[in-house]
Amino acid sequence: MNKLDSAATGEHNVNFRQIGKARTRTDSPGKVFGKTPYAGDYVMPDMLHARVLRAKVPSARMTRLDVSKARALPGVAAVLTFKDLKIGTVATDIPGQTGFKRRATDQQILVDELVRYQGEPIAIVAAETVEIAQHALSLIEVDLEPVPGVYNVFDAQKPDAPKVFGTDNLVASYKVRKGDVEVGFAAADVIVENTFTTQYIEHAFLEPEVGLGWEDEQGVINIRSSTQAVETFRYIADAMGLPHSKVRIRGALVGGGFGGKCDVTVELYIALLTKATGRPVRLGYSREDSFYGHGKRHPFIINHKTGFTRDGKITASKIDITSESGPYAFMSPYVLMYATEAGPGPYLVDHVHIDSRSIATNNMYTSAFRGFGATQACIAYEQQMDEAAKVLGIDRIELRRRNLLKTGDAIATGFKVQSAVWTEECMDRAMAALGEKPKDKGAIRYGHGLAAYQQGYGRMIWLHDTAEGWVGVEMDGTVLVRSGMTDIGAGQTSSLAQIAGELLGIDMMDITVYNSDSSTTPLAGTSSASRGLYMSGNAVRLAAEAVRDRLAARAAKHFGSTADDVDFANAQVFLKSDPRQTMPFKELVAVCASEGIHRAELAIFRAPFGDWIDPETGQGQVHPDYTYGAHAVQVAVDTETGEVTILKSIGAHDIGQAVNMAAVEGQIEGGVAQGHGYALSEELIYKDGYLVTPSLSEYLCPTSMDSPRIECIVLESRSGLGPFGAKGIGEPGHTPAAPAVANAVADAIGTRVFDFPLTPEKIANAVRKARKAG
Amino acid sequence: MANRKMLTLAVNDTVRNVDVATNETLLETLRRVGAVEVKCGCEKGDCGACAVLLDGMAVDSCLTLTHTVGARAITTIKGLGNAEAPHPIQTAFAERGAAQCGYCTPGMIIATQSMLNNDTDTPDEADIRQALSGNLCRCTGYTKIYDAVLESAKVMRDTAAAGEMESVK
Ligand code: FES
Ligand code: FES
Repeated sequence: MNKLDSAATGEHNVNFRQIGKARTRTDSPGKVFGKTPYAGDYVMPDMLHARVLRAKVPSARMTRLDVSKARALPGVAAVLTFKDLKIGTVATDIPGQTGFKRRATDQQILVDELVRYQGEPIAIVAAETVEIAQHALSLIEVDLEPVPGVYNVFDAQKPDAPKVFGTDNLVASYKVRKGDVEVGFAAADVIVENTFTTQYIEHAFLEPEVGLGWEDEQGVINIRSSTQAVETFRYIADAMGLPHSKVRIRGALVGGGFGGKCDVTVELYIALLTKATGRPVRLGYSREDSFYGHGKRHPFIINHKTGFTRDGKITASKIDITSESGPYAFMSPYVLMYATEAGPGPYLVDHVHIDSRSIATNNMYTSAFRGFGATQACIAYEQQMDEAAKVLGIDRIELRRRNLLKTGDAIATGFKVQSAVWTEECMDRAMAALGEKPKDKGAIRYGHGLAAYQQGYGRMIWLHDTAEGWVGVEMDGTVLVRSGMTDIGAGQTSSLAQIAGELLGIDMMDITVYNSDSSTTPLAGTSSASRGLYMSGNAVRLAAEAVRDRLAARAAKHFGSTADDVDFANAQVFLKSDPRQTMPFKELVAVCASEGIHRAELAIFRAPFGDWIDPETGQGQVHPDYTYGAHAVQVAVDTETGEVTILKSIGAHDIGQAVNMAAVEGQIEGGVAQGHGYALSEELIYKDGYLVTPSLSEYLCPTSMDSPRIECIVLESRSGLGPFGAKGIGEPGHTPAAPAVANAVADAIGTRVFDFPLTPEKIANAVRKARKAG
Repeated sequence: MANRKMLTLAVNDTVRNVDVATNETLLETLRRVGAVEVKCGCEKGDCGACAVLLDGMAVDSCLTLTHTVGARAITTIKGLGNAEAPHPIQTAFAERGAAQCGYCTPGMIIATQSMLNNDTDTPDEADIRQALSGNLCRCTGYTKIYDAVLESAKVMRDTAAAGEMESVK
């Protein structure tokens, strides 16, 4: 374990009253009693219903588009095509608050001439009922002449390939050059080389995309939608040629996101139709729309060539990474950056050489998904470690132990990690919790697998990330929090209540949180990148501390003490030195109110700011900080059928400091289940650009039948940059789960399937092949 | 145009007269009359978010045509309990952290109640995994849902046993 002397450990390492405990979340009662309104539950008088016409083919030229019959249908209020748009494109860059965007990241809003993926929107309709809108779609006449497309990253890189993006289908590329990889390989006794591939993945949030828009008395387009990012108002305004102040996004509690609701989804169509008709418009995607209508997780091909000394020390790591972006950029360059930075994993490697690229095709476009490329990197580096252990004849855990990064070591980009690195502790705890491996029985083979990881949290530092938060006390002593942060189900708003409650001595359940309104709650950025608690938790902490300081100063006057001696708990104010001296919080607030003492604060939290990494060497700082941990899995594999049963699944993570322990465990458990599905059953299959799995009966998410009880081991180093030393955990819980399953399966069957997902067919084939060879 | 029918539906003890198309699903009808606590995740019977009880038995309301419901009592989670009089399953789901985004929760709670009504009141984890297999959750990994179901079954058994003791006395 590393010795810690981070500033965060001293100052806040106190006995918490609410922080760190497993508490019922403030949003739970509404959800279990059926009282929480989701974005799709709102209706308005005179509301219209919208539908989207999508291209049925992946690559085509539109030679005719006639909407006259649809427009003439009684009950149709508007049919919009590209001809009706003032501006034809919308930015697909990070919907954040940076105020700038990358070049070449725009996407056509509605097909102008070329269809570049199956499902690309051609026209949008608003009508009196969903049925009429649906009928109108069928009356739109479209002629699509197929043009040759490109459906895999190999073909897309050939000089004569059809051009989907730019002049060469290259969406982004990066390099990392640390040390001298040739020197490293020369020092190696053994070189291990393997290629790992991963598949397209669907978010499959239970609540499909939905929203309701209306124009208000100030001419502002309001949109209530299911989103991870209220900041998309800027993109919508830009796309419509409106001032930013004339578009307002109000979220609702979101029915799951996982990265899939970071980009603009229904909002722009709603805004356009609201503007065109002057009436409220609701657009709810069907599940099928959701499959065709938002960006997916990137498939990756990752080659690792790793040099080792005989006793297992890594001497060099050469990594080649290719991701598939589909036809539009969206967040592909950023996702690729994460994968590149994470390339060698949580290991100290002096000589690193990474080349990475994201390639455009006419398959579905790809964007953010929990883990944001670091997940795919982990799938590769952790399988590579197991393969290397086999070649070297060294125990898999021991091989990792000999190479783990420690605090102060330089990661691939040369940045020296400042916080605790407790990977080893996490590995050991997770393996110990697995216990003994059962004895094989006939065709049933048992396997153990582990994966360790490094996952950045917070935005890349050149995005200059900030979050604002507001805390105020009403005259009667009740507390309000305002934050633009969206709540996508992880307990984001509840954690803000818990933080404000801890600092002001008010129970979290008594605190009201207003969130995710781009006009009336202070902007806080997306709930993504494991940054929600880190950024907004800090903003709310700063605001609550400021309010508390002013109240404490007034209380000190009352007690005749110093402000330092004043404490807040259980809705009382008291002296630490003499807890019998108390005053109800309410009374103190009333005094402050009558004296005009400011009882509210708007605070801003700024993450560390920095510049881009060096484009030639990839050296520099990418993330503010990192979370570390490990996941261990026990599986049973039926070697005849290839069926895998996950028996035990244990996530051990250093999360810095828990705010709500139940919510932390929830993030780990949910992330793990998604990792199980990633490894074994989930796959969006595209055949020449056509999706062949557009439903939840064809795209197989884990059900309860597939899901064992997941065990969490939560360590708290209090060394993170979040409030009270917290680190991000939204993505990290997910990152190592899939490769741990893959390593367990390989352990069980004695051979490896290098191509995700590990379906029964692939496993049974691998077993047969290995038997023949053996 | 589909034919229409005037029906009397009993939703959470409230009797309503509704005019429905014969091809209308119970999910559509319920949401139309304001029972928006019933969620829509797929409209194909794949996710269970739309589950309601018909005479105590869970069904996917998206696969049920409203005109076939007849006199059966329709119960949604709002019919099970509320903040003033919570149902033990609701309490356990809240306290155990079994609801994250909460979108699957109405269906999960209904499926739990159906299992406890119809299959077993002493479920083990295997029973629970079986009973909830038609209800997808993408957030929780199911672990805290198993905890909540085990706990609520126990609370309900204990309450029933206490009630029997009471009536013996
Ligand atoms: S909406 Fe009925 S099962 Fe999914
Ligand atoms: S809590 Fe989100 S789907 Fe179950």
